Formats: sequence, C-alpha cells, structure tokens
Amino acid sequence: MIDQFVIPLLKILIVLNATLVGVTYMVLLERKVIAWAQSRLGPMRVGPYGVLQPVADAIKLMLKEDITPTKADRWVFTVAPIISMVPALIVYAVIPFGPVVRLFGRDVSLYITDINVGLLYIVSVASVGVYGIILAGYASNSKFPLLSSLRASAQLISYEVAVTLTLVSVILMSGSLSMVSIVDSQYNARVWFAFVQPVAFVIFFIGGLAETNRAPFDLPEAEQELTGGFHTEYSGMRFALFFLAEYANMIVVSSVATTLFFGGWLRPFPNVAALHFLDVLPSWTWFLLKSFVFLYIFIWVRATLPRYRYDQLMRLGWKVLIPLAIANLVVTGIVKVMLF
Amino acid sequence: METPSTIHGAMFDTSELVINMGPQHPSTHGVLRVILRLDGEKVVDAEVVIGYLHRGIEKLSENRNWTQIILLTDRMDYVAAATSNVGYCETVEKLMQIDVPRRAKYIRTVLMELQRIASHCLWVGTHAMDIGAMTVFLYAFRERELILDLFEEFCGARLTYNSMRIGGLPQDIPPGWDKKVLAFCDIMDAKVDEYETLLTHNRIWLERTKGIGVIGGAEAAGLGLCGPALRGSGVARDVRKDEPYAAYDEMDFDVPVGVAGDTYDRYLVRMEEFRQSLRIIRQATEGIPEGPIVGKVPRLIKPAAGETYHAIESPKGELGYFIVSDGKSTNPYRFRVRPPSFCNLQALPRLVRGHLVADVVALIGSIDIVLGEVDR
Repeated sequence: MIDQFVIPLLKILIVLNATLVGVTYMVLLERKVIAWAQSRLGPMRVGPYGVLQPVADAIKLMLKEDITPTKADRWVFTVAPIISMVPALIVYAVIPFGPVVRLFGRDVSLYITDINVGLLYIVSVASVGVYGIILAGYASNSKFPLLSSLRASAQLISYEVAVTLTLVSVILMSGSLSMVSIVDSQYNARVWFAFVQPVAFVIFFIGGLAETNRAPFDLPEAEQELTGGFHTEYSGMRFALFFLAEYANMIVVSSVATTLFFGGWLRPFPNVAALHFLDVLPSWTWFLLKSFVFLYIFIWVRATLPRYRYDQLMRLGWKVLIPLAIANLVVTGIVKVMLF
Repeated sequence: METPSTIHGAMFDTSELVINMGPQHPSTHGVLRVILRLDGEKVVDAEVVIGYLHRGIEKLSENRNWTQIILLTDRMDYVAAATSNVGYCETVEKLMQIDVPRRAKYIRTVLMELQRIASHCLWVGTHAMDIGAMTVFLYAFRERELILDLFEEFCGARLTYNSMRIGGLPQDIPPGWDKKVLAFCDIMDAKVDEYETLLTHNRIWLERTKGIGVIGGAEAAGLGLCGPALRGSGVARDVRKDEPYAAYDEMDFDVPVGVAGDTYDRYLVRMEEFRQSLRIIRQATEGIPEGPIVGKVPRLIKPAAGETYHAIESPKGELGYFIVSDGKSTNPYRFRVRPPSFCNLQALPRLVRGHLVADVVALIGSIDIVLGEVDR
C-alpha cells in the first residue's frame, strides 16, 4: 500500500513543486546573471537582493486581466498554453535525480518511475510542446504570432531530428533506453559519455538551445522582429504558462544532458576509491549541480550572442548538425561493432 | 495601399501578406511605421509612413525670434542636440557675417564630437539589440552616461542642451572640465575595443550584417544618402573635411570609408568614427586657446534681407539649414532644415527589398534614424 501509492504520490508532489519553484527562480536567476553580465544589479527591490521577485511576479500575473482577442479562436486560444506547459512538466516523471537510497528504513528510488523506454518517452512528450506554440499562433488570429508560430514549428522539427540522432548514439553506447540504465552504464564504462561522445554532446546542446527557443535561436519570440512572437496576444496567467514552459524546458534539457552525457547523479570519478570523500554530498546534489552548470551556460549564451536569422538557422540545422549527427552515429556504430 | 497581389507559379497560388510594423513596434526606434508586403518571410515591398512626431518646428520658427529657435533645434535630433544647435547658430552667423572667437570654435568642436560619440553609442547599442545582442546596449549606455555627465557639467542639461548662442557660447567651460574630457577619452578608447570584441568578429554578427542592404556608391549618392550610410558605400563625403566649419580645418583626422556598402561596412565606418572623434576631441581639448567666448553680436539680432544655406556633419549625416530673412522682422521669413535622417530613410524601401523580415530591423538600425529629426 505505502510502496504502491503513498511514496509515488509523495514523490510526484515533491518533484512537481520543486520544478515549479525551480522554474520561477530560474527567471530570477536569469535576470540576475544577465544583469551581472551587463554591469547592472538586476531586481533588488522585492526582498533582500530581490529574492522575493518571483513571488511578486506570480501575484502580479495572476491578478492581471486575462484578455482574449475578439477574433481569436476562443477554445484553441485557451488550450494552447496548457498544451505548452503540461509536457514540460510530465517529462520529469522519468528523470532520475539519484539512485535507490535507504530512507526511514525503506528502499526509496530518487526518481518517479524508471520505464524501459524512458528516453523515447522524453523525446515524444517534449515534441508535443510545439503544438502549444503552433496553436497559439494560429488561434490568436493575428499576423505576427502566425509568422512566429510558423518559424517555431519549422525550427523545432528540424532541430529535433539532429537531437534525436545524437540520442541514438548514446543508446548505442548504453544499450538501453532507460534513464537509470544509461547512468549505470556510465558507471560501468568508468567514463561519462560526454568524453566518448563529444560531438553528440555538442550537437545535443546546440539542438537543446534551439528546441527551447533560447538565444541565439530565439526566433519565434524575437521581440525586435515580431514584437512578442506567438504570445503577443496573451496576457496574465496564460502568458505566464508560456513563459514558465520555456524555463521548464530549459531545466528538462539540462537534466537530460546531465543524465546522458555527464553521469547523472554520479560524483566525479565514481570508480576511484581515493575520491570517496566526495560522497559527503548526496547523489541528488551532484545531479542538481551539474544541471545548474548547464542552466548557467544557457543564460550566459543569451547575454553574449546576437540572434540567427531564420534561413541561417535552417541552414545550420539541416546542412551542418544533421549530417554531423548521422556521421557520428555511423562512426559510433562501426567502432562499437569492430572493437567490442 | 492596394490589395495584396497573388503570386502565381508555385504549386498553389499564394497571396502576399501585408504586415504593419510600427508605429508601436520595439525596433522602429520611436514612431516609424513601415508597411511590409511579405511573400513568406521575404520582403516584396516596403512603404515608409512618417509624420507621427511632427511638431511643425520649421513653421514654429517663423514666429520665434532668432535666439528662441536654438531651443527648437534641440528637439529635432534629440540624441545629438548640441550638433543641431551649432548648425543653426553657424547658419545665422554666416547670414550676419559674425566672427566667432577661436576659443568658442574649439569648445564647439569638442562638444560636437562628444555628441557624435554619444549618438554613436546609442546607435551601436540599439543596432546590436535589434540583431539580438542585448549586452552591447547596456555597455554603450554606460559610456553615453559619462558624456551626458560632461554635458550636464557644462550647461546643466542632459538631453536638450540649448548649449549654443549666436556668435559663441552661453558660458565658458567650468574649471577642470577639459581634464575630465581627456580622462573620458582614455576610458572610451578601451570601451570601443570592448564593443568590437563582442561584435566585429562574431560569426553570427557577420552572417547577419554582411551582404545585407548592399548599395553602391553612385546609387547611394543618387538617393541622397549622407553621413556614415553614404561613406559605407565608399564615397568619402564628409562635410567636416569638404567644407570645414567650427575648428575642423585645424584638426587632423581621417574619414573612414567602407567598400561593400552593406550593413557590416556601415557598422565598421561608425566604429572607426568613434576613434576619429576621440582623436579630434584630444586635439581640440588640448588646444583650446584663451580668449572671449562670444563674438561681436548686436543686441538685437536682425539679419539683413537675404538667404543662406549652411551644412554641418551631424552624427547621422549632412545636416543643412536654409534660412531666409526679410530684414524687417526679428524672426526668420522662412526656415527649412535638411535633416539627414529623413534623407537616409527614403533609401529604406530600396534596401529592404528582397531581404527577410529580420533584416528589416537590421537595416533600420543600419541607417541610424531619429524620428524627431525625420518629422520635425
């Protein structure tokens, strides 16, 4: 009874809340880091050093008037932000924050579930999110959002091909689609996959930037060109859902990158007994630390680089990243068959 | 505006999309409105609509006395008010044949070049921001702030200075001000390099600006382009060199020109102008001669009947004033401005045709317009 219902429900509750809090604080982190990059202070008014800014933002967004344009497709307009937000959250079901640990006399796994097609689940659920963007642009019945949602769909589809191909090379290395087995196989291989699959990792990271619509690939919401992109007509909480979905997706990409390429919850050099003292930090903190590094790079890139143009983005995706990913996959396959 | 036409020939006939960019759009730098006709994301045609900031400055001037007009010229190119002030004052001085003391000329030169740097700071920031590099914007504004502080110390105002008088200056520079200007030059030298590290060799920046809005020298001159937008196409036309005014004939500086005539070359020209301006400021500040700051000006300014045209090189290009005096009243009979932004803006439809929506904002930034000056 407890193992079957209470513990999974508790885990879902904790992960969901932690994610939502994490997402709101991501917004603050982004504003702070960009501010430091630009020699300013960032939010300073709400709470000490602005730490309560997310709370103020949430209250403001909930109290805002929720406008639906008269000519919008009312039903689709309402559903679109939800379609965008939900996949970003349910992906966390298969992300392993740690191994099975002993808590209060019970064996508790630090992941909600471990299914044998975990990676496939992530890819398929994450690609549902783009429907939210397309439908939002379509339902707004306005030209700028429409242009933006067309850009978004083209961009996400092209970069998903490259990203999925890199995932296949990782699967070749691990021999499993389960997220937990992928981490275990990195333990057994005595090396993080980022060092044996550097090309795959780079493509995955660039593709991840593009799939989460982050700079320098933030064309769908290019403020300077399309005023606000697909969420131009949205306000209040529905706008907030799009906003939070973007940050939730960033955390997803960082977590997946950590799990696939940087050994998930494993401490550095998990097989070296001499570094045993590193185990003072529990496994899940290692996971969070590594994910945090990726999130920081996401923000850093945004503060530094200009934006690609639509045709250049497509060219990079189809002419550089996809051929490279295929070549990487073929080489991985050949090496795997010949040497092992 | 005619209805969108249908494009035949594709598998299915498609029709053009007309979108309205502005007057409330984040990258139209104020209240510019551009009606774009798009085929997909490609711009088929563009129509520029102006007039949202029209205040009738030219007509107003006919009912103000000669000194009051200086204040109106502040409100034209409001990011380079001192340059507009000097242009107007020199025109009236030319009309009345007033000799300006050398000290005033030198201080005017320093102020105008400081103003050019401030204006270019605003340009590099917003131009980079339009292309998505937002950090440059904050960096450039940080340095612009230093210039505004210098202006505040000189005349008390930070944006609309009203800092010139016919025949000279309203007041002398405060003690120690020239030292601060030289100290600023040393800071700015390093900062220009900093902007360039972020942009000049950045691959995304190169891809976004090279080959965008290419215009040849002859065509650019034919369209009336002026200033850095013209020099980017390889025409070495600079009023400071060709028809020197203020103290420019005593200054040693180069006029940078581009080769390709694209957005990237216009960018490079302006970046080099930062350095040339610093060179001029150093020479002028160190060489400020002693002497009076106002020439012999009659108590009642009332030029004899006649007309005159005088042009200066504002940060945006050739800023000309045409003034007619009837010799009877204490205000101009006709007052007409040739604003560089207005003349440069008319090249926009020619530049954007065939490019993508994203390039439109890059090109608006590249010709560096101020709507206050376009509409007047």
